[in-house]
Amino acid sequence: MTDSPKILPAGDSAALVEFGEVIDPDVNSRVYALFDSVEKSLGDKVIEMIPTYRSLLVVYNPIEITFGEMSDQIGGLLDGIQGESDSSATREIIELPVVYGGEDGPDLDHVAEHAGISPQEVIDIHSGTGYLVYMLGFAPGFPYLGGLDERIACPRLTTPRVKVPAGSVGIAESQTGVYPNASPGGWQLIGRTAVPLFDVQRENPSLIKPGAEVRFVTVDSHD
Amino acid sequence: MTRSIEVIGPGMQTTVQDAGRIGFQKFGVSVSGAADLYSLQTGNRLVGNEENVPALEVAMGGLQVKFNGDSTIALTGADCIADLDGIRVGTNLTYQARDGSILTLGFAPKSLRAYLCVAGGIDVTKTLDSASTHVASEIGGFNGRALNAGDLLLLGDAQSRVALGSTDLKYEIPAASGSVTVRAVPGPQDDQFSDAGIETFFGSKYIVTDQSNRQGVRLDGPEIESKDGRYDIVSDAVINGSVQIPGDGKPIVLLADRQTTGGYAKIATVISADLPKLGQLRPRDELSFERITVEDAQQLVRDLANNEASQVVQAVEPELFAVNGTQHRVGVAQNNGAQLVSVDGTIYPVEWVELDPK
Repeated sequence: MTDSPKILPAGDSAALVEFGEVIDPDVNSRVYALFDSVEKSLGDKVIEMIPTYRSLLVVYNPIEITFGEMSDQIGGLLDGIQGESDSSATREIIELPVVYGGEDGPDLDHVAEHAGISPQEVIDIHSGTGYLVYMLGFAPGFPYLGGLDERIACPRLTTPRVKVPAGSVGIAESQTGVYPNASPGGWQLIGRTAVPLFDVQRENPSLIKPGAEVRFVTVDSHD
Repeated sequence: MTRSIEVIGPGMQTTVQDAGRIGFQKFGVSVSGAADLYSLQTGNRLVGNEENVPALEVAMGGLQVKFNGDSTIALTGADCIADLDGIRVGTNLTYQARDGSILTLGFAPKSLRAYLCVAGGIDVTKTLDSASTHVASEIGGFNGRALNAGDLLLLGDAQSRVALGSTDLKYEIPAASGSVTVRAVPGPQDDQFSDAGIETFFGSKYIVTDQSNRQGVRLDGPEIESKDGRYDIVSDAVINGSVQIPGDGKPIVLLADRQTTGGYAKIATVISADLPKLGQLRPRDELSFERITVEDAQQLVRDLANNEASQVVQAVEPELFAVNGTQHRVGVAQNNGAQLVSVDGTIYPVEWVELDPK
């Protein structure tokens, strides 16, 4: 499927494990399998990790362990996760209640028009499937979700909004996502969730965790 | 009385920073922290703090503050022309600010970011284990933003050991319009560039553009050739010092406020010992990159740590002298040509005049 993973130096304080250069659920599953494995076996030698679509960055203290030693240890763990190509069975599922359309989703009608279907069909398609959280990035708690049905893919707004409300659920090309905080943005907004996604007061600040699965559940109001 | 600092003028951009927000990058939270970590740590040592205590990072000078209560302070990093109640103060020295004292930081002729360290540190509520300000996501520091006139910053409890003296600098501050060289480990995506492209990168002088900020240093100069004309990659993690090459072939070196991931191939990564130099680069400074292996870079980190362990406290304790039965604490220090004496915590600039013994 892919070449064997490469372990590369990212400067003197990090090792990058590259699994390939693709956006693919199986590749991403292996990233999270290694994340768990490193956390379990090498936790005390690791400062932090950044999982992405197709790689895992392992940050460490070079005073305590050299790149060569870290590379060997990660290599050993990689052998152990070879069999695990699908961790979807153990994936955490996060359900987000969403009010679609109206003030909460001002671009729903446009997305429907672009798709040549009714707004209700857009809602049914969007809320009818689970989305894999490939990674968080761009902004605190911002999830890169995979698995949008191509029928409701839609180009970005020609003029981005100055302020997109926190919790807005949007579509951009064949991606879907949710804004954890109010920010400027050019995605087509189809709905909004009132659940706080990112809160620095929580021990786990992000409700959406990397490697989890997000499901949007239709609700009539935010009550 | 709780000691505090009142901001009279905030300068271009002054933020509260410590060593950064570690452990939350997997959630997309930027590390932030001092862009020149060595200067933050030097300043904190000078005032008797733990080395990563929160301080003020002042970009391009211009900060003016008033002290409420007495505080031991030190300025490090950029060599701002600064004065405390009208008396010129130098960098890498400790001073005693009095209740009502006013500190003014002017222009820094040679570098970019100064650090104002105060005994006890800046006391702001930590967000995700850090006091560092990340302006883009409005997290940490003072209300998640750069300081404004009128802001009142509380100070923490000072350690009992008040220092006076100077400390050895771990690196040279970049000289004005000079050429700065930093060492970089090739990769992690150096295989995406042609041999000619790698040669260009390590063999050219680049100019710092005014598009640079705490997120990264944007460079102008010779274009770096990729193997197949492709620079974009599927989003990958980035780190402090990552050198991204976007489609125009001109490097961007990522700094403290970088996002956690990025979609450009990374030709090299600047070593941690040289990151503070990046934090001091100003627009139009020259920057070049010298190749180093990861093994040599890691040896450097270990050498530096050993060296540092032997000089953690360079500050000189004032000594006690009895004059007419009264005890006085007297210390001396010097900053280049300027001689300074402290008597009972007050700093006096002094001139040595040799008296005729007759």
